[in-house]
Amino acid sequence: MELLIDFFSFEYANIKYVIFGSILLSVSSSVVGCFTFVQKKSLVGDVISHAVLPGICIAFLASGSKDPFFLIFGAFVTGWISIVAMEKITKNTKIKEDAATGLSLSIFFGIGIVLMTYIQQSGNAAQSGLDTFLFGKAAALVGKDLIAFSIVATLALLVVMIFYKELKLISFDPQFAKVNGLPVRRLELLLTSITVLAVVTGIQAVGVVLMAAMLITPAAAARFWTDRFHKMIMLAGFFGAFSGISGAFVSFAAPGMPTGPWMVMILSVIALLSFFLAPNKGILIKLLRRISIQRQLLEENMLKAFYRIGENSGDHFERVSKGDLRLIRNFSSVQLKKGLGNLRRSGYIKEDQGLLLLTQEGFDKGRRITRLHRLWELYLTKYLRIAPDHVHEDAETIEHVITPEIEVRLEQLLNYPEADPHKTQIPSI
Amino acid sequence: MDAFWIILTGTLVAGSCALVGSFLILKKMTMVGDAISHAVLPGIVIAYFVAGSLQSVWLLIGAGSLGLLTTFLIEFFHQKGKLQTDASIGVTFTWLFALGVILVSYYSGNAHIDQDCVLHGEIVYVPIDMVFSKSGTPIMPRSVLITGIVFIIVALFILLFYKELLLTTFDSLFANAIGISTSTWHYLLMGLVSLTTVASFESVGAILVVAFLIAPAASAYLLTQDLKKMLILALLFGFTSAFGGYYLAVILDSSIAGAMVTVAGFIFLICYLAIVLRK
Repeated sequence: MELLIDFFSFEYANIKYVIFGSILLSVSSSVVGCFTFVQKKSLVGDVISHAVLPGICIAFLASGSKDPFFLIFGAFVTGWISIVAMEKITKNTKIKEDAATGLSLSIFFGIGIVLMTYIQQSGNAAQSGLDTFLFGKAAALVGKDLIAFSIVATLALLVVMIFYKELKLISFDPQFAKVNGLPVRRLELLLTSITVLAVVTGIQAVGVVLMAAMLITPAAAARFWTDRFHKMIMLAGFFGAFSGISGAFVSFAAPGMPTGPWMVMILSVIALLSFFLAPNKGILIKLLRRISIQRQLLEENMLKAFYRIGENSGDHFERVSKGDLRLIRNFSSVQLKKGLGNLRRSGYIKEDQGLLLLTQEGFDKGRRITRLHRLWELYLTKYLRIAPDHVHEDAETIEHVITPEIEVRLEQLLNYPEADPHKTQIPSI
Repeated sequence: MDAFWIILTGTLVAGSCALVGSFLILKKMTMVGDAISHAVLPGIVIAYFVAGSLQSVWLLIGAGSLGLLTTFLIEFFHQKGKLQTDASIGVTFTWLFALGVILVSYYSGNAHIDQDCVLHGEIVYVPIDMVFSKSGTPIMPRSVLITGIVFIIVALFILLFYKELLLTTFDSLFANAIGISTSTWHYLLMGLVSLTTVASFESVGAILVVAFLIAPAASAYLLTQDLKKMLILALLFGFTSAFGGYYLAVILDSSIAGAMVTVAGFIFLICYLAIVLRK
């Protein structure tokens, strides 16, 4: 806690810059990542981040200095070439996108490693620290480096703001954009360029391998909360900023810990929570909803079985055994136990001397489901001309979802019928 | 002698990778291979701290199970969460890799261990770690032993179950119809990928594994339609990359693993140009 207070009191002037830098870097890559995400090209970020290594080495070999602008330029060039190579391979050969992605990233990186080790062996004193460019050092980002990378990150964000509408359109529907006279090809070049820029700067924070996460993970997490693109971008940016601050805090509180992996870890936890818990789209929420629907189906089918038994014997409130229910419908013993328990708790049935009977509410509900079932069967035979022996299955599904309004409409349409296609009576309410 | 051991290790890794990589290419799942090769890191770290050394069967178990977990998670997020495959792959492997790096640095206190041990694990140290006979004479490097065993397993597996792999890869509906479970063979293949990755991980590094998984098989894929020919060509390209890479590295005085990748990339470039120019 004390650490947190220390951290946010900005007593150490350095912290301000570190926080500022890591937020800017992670926000720019999160925002740009949303565009590659909706284009389903998320792994492009992974390719670029591996492909900048040879560029950095060549820039260093050519200039002999570690000036960040030189290195960014070199990284930018090879990052671009890797994307072009990928596109050429998928366009000109039968190799699919996934293999082209893997090819491009591993080969560019391999060449980069060769160059990097070559530089290291050459004994050039200026090269020390060149590799930290690639393995992430968010906390150590100061001075000229910080300025350079902040400029590039801001540039990427500005481009997104200015060309938001156009970039959104070409990401979602390039055909439509073309028809509307947008310069699609040039906009795509622009988008790729800012992706490369975002990657080149983001690598500073988390390193080559984890850079992919800075583009993909915030976007993927945000996607689970909203269907609106501008909200998704803002959420992703927020997740990115949060991980940036946390990363800076980790490096402040535990200097021995790797900052980049912690930022990615925090982002991943946010993403995993979103995957499972997000309203509407979360895996857990969907699972719960399915369970509750299954429960509803089981209950309604049981009440229908009770109603059928009553119909056969003429007494709807007679006592029924589990075996009787099984004769009507093939319930498993687990289903019987669970379903009957639920029905009793909701007050639709009650127990009497070890046997079961419907309550008034249970009777009403069972009657309604049966009625819907038979109405629908009649509708299918009458209006869709389906043979009477084929309509049962469909009615089994639809009876659970018919609303009272549709029920009224069906009755009107069928002219208040008395019997279903099997000549059994349709119960009236 | 050192050169021989290094080239042999590279060749064995290239061989295993070329064989399983061919199937990955055909199944359009190479990026899952890439993901596995990164995501096994936490498995290796945990196994290391459970068993106390890098030389045990625990390592294979730890990393192998992480490999299968990766495959499973990617599928799970894709199917249950409706997350697109590329994003599912990206989120899963970066998350597990970050976990691995955090675990390593927690135990070792070294924040930059990732690049050292993972990205370009150095094949040049292969001859240092020898396996000795009872009388104390060195027989062969441990890496050669491990990668050799894995190569034999992979080769035998593909020879024995060629038909099943062929069917599940090209016509999963038909395979299912005649009672061959697509998902069983899918996970078996992914198990092989994990095994190959782990065995190659510390001797040559993740990035060489990825390159060897994809580049030779992709080059072969360009040249032929026949799976048998593709496997043989992929093996050939893999061996050539290992061999040529070693000498390229000697000339440049650079990373051997990186040079092997570079040669593999060069071979692909030639095949690519041959195809494009002939059109």
